[in-house]
Amino acid sequence: MSQPNSWVGYRTIVRKEVTRIVRIWGQTVVPPAITMTLYFIIFGNLIGRRIGEMGGFDYMQFIVPGLVMMSVITNSYGNMVSSFFGAKFGHHIEELLVSPLPSSIILAGYVTGALVRGLMVGAVVILVSLFFTRLEVQHPLIMVSVLLLTSVVFAMAGMVNAIFAQKFDDIAIIPTFVLTPLTYLGGVFYSISLLPEFWQKVSAFNPILYMVNGFRYGILGVSDVNIVRAYAIMLVFAVLLFITCMTLLRRGTGLRS
Amino acid sequence: MQVCCVPREAMKVTGQMLALEVDQLKKTYANGVEALKGVSLRVEEGDFFALLGPNGAGKSTLIGIISSLVNATSGEVRVFGTSVQRERSLAMSYLGLVPQEVNFNQFERPLEIVVNQAGYYGIPKRIATERAEKYLRQLQLWDKRDQPSRSLSGGMKRRLMIARAMVNEPRLLILDEPTAGVDIEIRRSMWEFIREINQKGTTVILTTHYLEEAEELCRNIAIIDHGEIVEDTNMKQLLGKLDIETFVLDLREEIQPPPRLEGMDIHCRDENTIEVSLPRSKSLNALFAELDDQGFHVTSMRNKANRLEELFLRLVEKGASS
Repeated sequence: MSQPNSWVGYRTIVRKEVTRIVRIWGQTVVPPAITMTLYFIIFGNLIGRRIGEMGGFDYMQFIVPGLVMMSVITNSYGNMVSSFFGAKFGHHIEELLVSPLPSSIILAGYVTGALVRGLMVGAVVILVSLFFTRLEVQHPLIMVSVLLLTSVVFAMAGMVNAIFAQKFDDIAIIPTFVLTPLTYLGGVFYSISLLPEFWQKVSAFNPILYMVNGFRYGILGVSDVNIVRAYAIMLVFAVLLFITCMTLLRRGTGLRS
Repeated sequence: MQVCCVPREAMKVTGQMLALEVDQLKKTYANGVEALKGVSLRVEEGDFFALLGPNGAGKSTLIGIISSLVNATSGEVRVFGTSVQRERSLAMSYLGLVPQEVNFNQFERPLEIVVNQAGYYGIPKRIATERAEKYLRQLQLWDKRDQPSRSLSGGMKRRLMIARAMVNEPRLLILDEPTAGVDIEIRRSMWEFIREINQKGTTVILTTHYLEEAEELCRNIAIIDHGEIVEDTNMKQLLGKLDIETFVLDLREEIQPPPRLEGMDIHCRDENTIEVSLPRSKSLNALFAELDDQGFHVTSMRNKANRLEELFLRLVEKGASS
């Protein structure tokens, strides 16, 4: 018997993941649409009118890219961590572990699932934003590539979390205590040029700052950071997380006794 | 089904090659528990093989290593000559596993579960759907194909796991206590299904606590205890080792005083029932003749325990005392 067809296996994982996202649409797509509508009304419209311009754009336009990225990051990470840990907790991850599928295909399938959810939610948030402001995309390729890279990076980060998690509390700690603060401090609502010099330097260590500004550059054409450096940082994270995920999956850490 | 009429002796293993080779397998868990202490085992292609042992003996660890769910500390496992440790993907493509615990996503539907599992083995969706229908029908689950799997009964969940394990048409099927908690009617229909797939050439390894199940189905047997193989032989030879068999006899007369039977141990259960341990050297005819001479008439008779159960207990108790 020859090696089984991994492409079919990959498509099966993706189909299963997308079915899950659609089946629980009330938990996956609707909440970010409602949350972001509230952000647009409160921050963009009510408070934003008093703030005036930021980075040469009205405040509503300025925060749209940041809010899209915030949703993509949260949902890509959240999809991976809940789906993969759920499979581990319910033991149905064993269906994959006893199959001939190589670790790379398992990783690719789950990352694609997280990417689908990240992009679906990102698209919903962009659609919602169009009710409040006008967007003219300046660099479509940069916009799309930053979106994809960010989603992939946080999907893989979610897998690392899910692999090490032993109980449901463990999958809530990182989003609450790491991801949310980094996202809020990553220039979603402000330009870091508003910060004192010391805090600007501190912000430079926050990888989410580069993702938010990369995406903002793609849409509005302005950024607080060098766009090449932003790509370099995202690629470094992507490669490091890929190596980490592959090593953990091959060793069976947290999955095989 | 006609398969149940085929005598066990007629069901020969093909013996072309070894379906499973386990060499000096050791497993020590992180907490220091030594689950396997150098287990070696051979299962021929086409065999119906029983792997028995008390709880905690190491059966599930051994099955876990064979199916790559558990990493071995040392030693090697080969499935149809392919090393699980070195060529995991290829080795796993030969294997189907029915685990002890329910391990499918209970939010998914039976058809979805079986078709997805086929996909993980690289089977295209059209063929996967055909096979899923075939096995769900054979296991009387086709009517339940679109119901949430969490609503299935315990017996249905076990049959669903068999259908899922069969969808890649494995050359080696491992069943870890497939009939635990299943009623006798369903258990017997599962036996027939498994016997039929073995007849068609699939090698089957079965672990069970129902020893009559192993005696009924399996040709070869290994008994594992405290992480070591204490017996590895064929069923006929093993049963041949049984030198004493215990029978329960119901007598028409009140046992007052109990009969005296030379060379046999007697234990009175109640005023009409005795247990007699009959050595292999004595025949049942001799037992009946002696009882008859002493004025006792036997109204019914049964084995105290299944023959394999008696041997199993002796082997395991011997291991515990040593």
